Amino acid sequence: MARITFQRLEDHSTLFWGLLGLHALIVALGLGAAYYMEHHGHVVTGMNNAVVWGMPHVFAVFLIVSASGALNVASISSVFNKLAYKPFARLSGILAIALLVGGLIVLVLDLGRPDRLTVAMTTYNFKSIFAWNIYLYIGFIAIVGVYLFTMMDRGVSQTPTATRTVGWLAFGWRLALTTGTGSIFGFLVAREAFDSAIMAPLFIAASFLYGLAFTVLVLFTMCRETRQMLMGEEMIQSFRGLMIVFSFALLYFTAVKHLTSLYASEHHGVEAFILRDGGIYTALFWIGHVLVGNILPIAILAFGSGEARPFSERQAMTIASVLALMGGLAFMYVTIIGGQAYPLNLFPGMETSSSFLDGEVARYAPSLPEVMLGVAGISIAMLVVGIAIKVLPFLPRGESVTA
Amino acid sequence: MIAKADEANGGCGAGCSCATRASDAGEATATTRTVEGADPVDVGRRWFMKAATAFSTTVIAPGVTLMAFAESDPAIARPADQPVSSKHRFGLLIDLAKCPSGCSDCVTACSTENGWKLNGRPETDAQWIRKLTVTNRKDGSSFSLPMMCQHCADPPCVDVCPTGASFKRADGIVLVDKHICIGCRYCMMACPYKARSFIHEPLEDQKPHAPRGKGCVESCTMCVHRVDAGGTPACVEACAKAGHSAMIFGDLNDPASEIAKRVATYRTTRIRDDLGTDPGVYYQNL
Repeated sequence: MARITFQRLEDHSTLFWGLLGLHALIVALGLGAAYYMEHHGHVVTGMNNAVVWGMPHVFAVFLIVSASGALNVASISSVFNKLAYKPFARLSGILAIALLVGGLIVLVLDLGRPDRLTVAMTTYNFKSIFAWNIYLYIGFIAIVGVYLFTMMDRGVSQTPTATRTVGWLAFGWRLALTTGTGSIFGFLVAREAFDSAIMAPLFIAASFLYGLAFTVLVLFTMCRETRQMLMGEEMIQSFRGLMIVFSFALLYFTAVKHLTSLYASEHHGVEAFILRDGGIYTALFWIGHVLVGNILPIAILAFGSGEARPFSERQAMTIASVLALMGGLAFMYVTIIGGQAYPLNLFPGMETSSSFLDGEVARYAPSLPEVMLGVAGISIAMLVVGIAIKVLPFLPRGESVTA
Repeated sequence: MIAKADEANGGCGAGCSCATRASDAGEATATTRTVEGADPVDVGRRWFMKAATAFSTTVIAPGVTLMAFAESDPAIARPADQPVSSKHRFGLLIDLAKCPSGCSDCVTACSTENGWKLNGRPETDAQWIRKLTVTNRKDGSSFSLPMMCQHCADPPCVDVCPTGASFKRADGIVLVDKHICIGCRYCMMACPYKARSFIHEPLEDQKPHAPRGKGCVESCTMCVHRVDAGGTPACVEACAKAGHSAMIFGDLNDPASEIAKRVATYRTTRIRDDLGTDPGVYYQNL
């Protein structure tokens, strides 16, 4: 391989400005929605005293999980010393930071008291996994920032040990971060849908898939923008293989989680709810998460591209990535909202009812402001990436990659 | 730091007006009569005696009365400048044999005392206490019970709260410090009893002793303002007033207290005791 050179995005197409403008508009609408929700209170959302985390959390957790996965490519190049991935390591790093920032902003703006962010940043209960996560998030941004510096600084980048050392740290940290995110749910002893150690590896598997899907889509968009072949055919094949493996891993952990739960009689109720009787949640689990998010991407990647097949390699990767991300949102919806909708079991074996709607499957209908805020998280991430690649050389030059 | 200060103060938050005050124990009065033709010396002595009697009656009697009340009440009035003591563990015992299914006086009393009310939106309205109907799936038999924060010794809500806004006082009462609650609702996710409510909309006409706020989480405080003044929670008082006396409040750590005796003598149940949260609310005849 020739020496890798990097570029800033200089010539901009109408598409680039159009995308940037669209994301800016969505961010503005999202901020407006957040103000509306804070001004009137959460009564204008679909959230209630049973489903306390709604669409903003679906998007926020999805973005945070994707963020750690977006660092995959950088980790593979530094930690596992695969030079073929090195041209994309910088983009992988900035995308990881951008996705995390997008998710965190949504999370903060959905707080009941977002004005107390300084309290959240200065007053800690260290027994709380939420408090640990604040450190994990801030640490991730800082470590990946240093990681990028070691890759991009003319002097430091000449010392591979520095990049490799920080790369290892970032890799370990991203695993801890997703473990922490999964454990936010895994530590909830009273919620039958969550209370399991497998939530952490399940989220890690999900992060690999969604992070890679985001990386692939950003890279393809940049190929179009720079009119350069940023990824050679060999690289596309590698990404294709990785995506299939990650998707199988996610399906595997999903299957283990539900099979384990199904084995215990006490969890038959919640499993029946998610897998069979839960209406929208059952549909999103089977059609959204399993079929659209995993089976179809695997099928398209494995059998859909190549000679005499419906799609080119790039088309197959693009479609599979979009489907994986759509499935990811469905997975988060089922996990977060489905898990809350199933009623708490105050008296095992008995039925309960009250004016507080005990014993009932909680109703939840996402409101427009919630969705706007959530989508704005994705747009914030894309805006950060868009501005970053214009300001600093995060993108490889096509000729240096494919040469 | 703020949380610790609050815990020591026993209030719901620094600067809150929920810090409790001892109620006036009553006003003593002294009566005097004039005796005509009395010796001037006798007049002086009588004046002194009257003045001394009036003084002692006015100053000492309320204190004596307050102490007498304190001895008869399950909770001991705690001076506002003294920290809460872990010598006490306040709790409730609810005898379901005496709790009629149609009665909700405890709920009404809590609502009146603490200023929360139902606005016809059961999904978002706050409920600090509710009557729960439990039905056996197999034989259809049912019973009802009051359900509120169980004031666990190992409360999951306190464990998960990122800022420490959810906290447990040394005497076992679980509260939310409204000054550092960021409204993340993680405590609501963690509570096994659905005991907490999020304030979904702006509030008006709050009670000074029970400050609440849009965007914060809240739950039963065991009427901490009353407890600190040596009183009992409003629900317990209302239950007794209705003639049921199904609810007992007291110090579980005091073997001489009625609640401790009842817990030691009769078979009692705690809801979801299997989770190991060590709730402070016991149910008898469940």
